[in-house]
Amino acid sequence: MTEIFGVPIQALFGQLMLGLVNGSFYAVLSLGLAVIFGMLNIINFSHGALYMTGAMLTWIGLEYLGIGYWWMLVLAPICVGIIGIAIERLMLQWLYKLDHLYGLLLTFGLALMIEGLFRDLYGVAGQPYSIPEELSGAFNLGFMFLPKYRAWIIVASLSVCLATWYVIEKTRLGAYLRAATENPKLTQAFGINVPLMVMLTYGFGVGLAGFAGVLAAPATQIGPLMGSNLIIVVFAVVVIGGMGSILGSVVTGLGLGIIEGMTKVFWPEASATVVFMIMAVVLMIRPAGLFGREK
Amino acid sequence: MSATEFLRVSDLHAFYGESHVLHGMDFTVRRGECISLLGRNGAGRTTTLRAILGLTGRRTGSIMLNGREVIDLPSHRIAQLGVGYCPEERGIYASLSCEENLLLPPQVGSGGMSLDELYEIFPNLKERRNSQGTRLSGGEQQMLAMARILRTGAKLLLLDEVSEGLAPVIVQKLGEIIRMLKQRDYTIILVEQNFRFAAPLADRMFIVEHGQVMEEIAQHEISEKQHLLQEYLGV
Repeated sequence: MTEIFGVPIQALFGQLMLGLVNGSFYAVLSLGLAVIFGMLNIINFSHGALYMTGAMLTWIGLEYLGIGYWWMLVLAPICVGIIGIAIERLMLQWLYKLDHLYGLLLTFGLALMIEGLFRDLYGVAGQPYSIPEELSGAFNLGFMFLPKYRAWIIVASLSVCLATWYVIEKTRLGAYLRAATENPKLTQAFGINVPLMVMLTYGFGVGLAGFAGVLAAPATQIGPLMGSNLIIVVFAVVVIGGMGSILGSVVTGLGLGIIEGMTKVFWPEASATVVFMIMAVVLMIRPAGLFGREK
Repeated sequence: MSATEFLRVSDLHAFYGESHVLHGMDFTVRRGECISLLGRNGAGRTTTLRAILGLTGRRTGSIMLNGREVIDLPSHRIAQLGVGYCPEERGIYASLSCEENLLLPPQVGSGGMSLDELYEIFPNLKERRNSQGTRLSGGEQQMLAMARILRTGAKLLLLDEVSEGLAPVIVQKLGEIIRMLKQRDYTIILVEQNFRFAAPLADRMFIVEHGQVMEEIAQHEISEKQHLLQEYLGV
């Protein structure tokens, strides 16, 4: 058997693949956080809970309504987006003039409430969800087996990230978004309905979390706490990449996923903390994050 | 209200938080007219423009735009009624290229200039169309801030200190452009420190102090009211 630094090549590529899968989730989630922070100046602590909501809805859809994976891949993000829009209209919009801390506290409180709700309804035990038929099985790449569903997670996540980046950087709508992020008052004085854009941005940002939740449903145990476990690492990713940078959050998410995977191979004890060690180092060298601009 | 009146500001008070900045501004602008708000720094001229667009804090009084009360409308609705704003700080976006800056403000009326037409008037902007907005020189940024609102079909232009800090040759160019806009029947409010720039362009001038209009001077009265200008502006 081929070995690299004493590690079997299958194990190495297996962890690399797992790292990429985790990195894909980090990328989609931190992208949503970055878009929301850029436009609303709100650190969205309910992101993890809404990611969990996306996964729960996927499970509920199949369990109670008989709606399958592919439909839920579209419906769950829309539902989560609508929940987000309701949150923005009813609560968040009153906090924009206040310190960051208030938005953080509100969204953190909401996260606890959403988690509590699902815990009350379905308990903490994870619910299983089977991989859709089209994506079960694996590709034999010769040197390793690549489960089709893992490949799908990576492809779907990166496509969504790329599409988001394209819309924001290359289209008219994106120019409105960038302008409203940079100078909301002046942008509104040009006749652009900025409050509407802010509302839709929040809906879209949490919709991304919902989408990640659907992708995660067949790959993990679906439970009320799946979001809070993941979101801590995602916040570290956002801090490393820099708040408000679109491309930065995607690249950082993927990169850290891979680093985490590789650490599992070469230094398993550190794998849970490596992201935070990197965060500490980055904060010392570049306080605004790798891709962030100092304000 | 006379048929030709385009903007009537009456008893306009405006606040930034607790500070009361405008203390009952009163003036009118007729369709196709160019007026200038003159006064010292802090007199409330910029705030007047910002208040018309709903960019200050609380406001009271009345702002009639084309026969319609707009004081309770949000900024974007006021702009959509045909108002173009060129702010004092120019407001060029760093996250947008020169051309994206130019194309940003949406159409708010008919008869705006085309991109080609604007590039003809402002050839520098064409050369620098792909540069980042804030990499342009001060003069180019000012041109961009002007050009940007000429594309939209806005009929009322609020121009805040467009001549400030620019080389004389660029100031002269801006003067020519404003003269051309007057010929094309734009209604213009010029906020100016530079009396010599505003005097030949403005049909009427309003001297603003302490957030109020103190004097109105028509173009033909400039020489006879020289003492007022001296008193208020030191020119």
